[in-house]
Amino acid sequence: MADETTLWISGHLAEKIRQHGGETYPHECCGALLGRDSSAIAGVDPEKDVLTPPREILALFPLVNRRDDSPRNRFSVSVEDVRAAEKAASEQGIEVVGWYHSHPDHPARPSTYDRDHAWPWYSYIIVSVQNGAPQDMTSWRLNDDRQEFSPEGIEIRHRAAV
Amino acid sequence: MPVKVVIPSPLRPYAGKRESAEFQAKTVGEALGHLTTEFAELRKHLFTEDGKLRSFVNVYVNDEDIRYLAKENTPTKDGDTISIVPSIAGGCF
Repeated sequence: MADETTLWISGHLAEKIRQHGGETYPHECCGALLGRDSSAIAGVDPEKDVLTPPREILALFPLVNRRDDSPRNRFSVSVEDVRAAEKAASEQGIEVVGWYHSHPDHPARPSTYDRDHAWPWYSYIIVSVQNGAPQDMTSWRLNDDRQEFSPEGIEIRHRAAV
Repeated sequence: MPVKVVIPSPLRPYAGKRESAEFQAKTVGEALGHLTTEFAELRKHLFTEDGKLRSFVNVYVNDEDIRYLAKENTPTKDGDTISIVPSIAGGCF
């Protein structure tokens, strides 16, 4: 298994994700994570450059859960929404680096269903919402062999890296 | 000009960080076959163990979804662009 990855996000954006989960409860919320991955920055060696975040979330793109047939335990982002998120990211000079969703009355751990539908490389943030109140928030990356997720550290930063 | 396959961000680490690749191909299936032959690690993220495209993998030929054409038998010609576009799904249990 690779070393644990780390995700930087501002407290403001982290709170926005939690709020979205609370607002849509008892249904799952979802949205795109827009930001920057250090592997895309020329000249940066993520193992040596401690000032450049390995991955940083700089904006959110909240979405409507398209699974209106089963929104309490399923979320879906359509191709059109994926393209809209990518366009929004591109306009800001950043990219879609992952997705967030909530788990109403379930822990902030990926389910088998999450794993079966996941893409590699993306960060998957999950916020647990218990009785309408946002609780734990975690982040995950799908392993190369697709058998499980590896946890990703979330580092709350007060301002974006320059 | 051969057929161009646009590779989405989450798969680029498995394709030498390339944004696209070009192949001579008469069908979508042939192009994806060349893609996963050249970049073998892509295969399990695009296809199930029984060789079917995963449900959250969307494939377009020049902006037309192959589900509404001939699926992987959709013919391609030089200059066509095949786009692999994710849809995203999950759920708490």
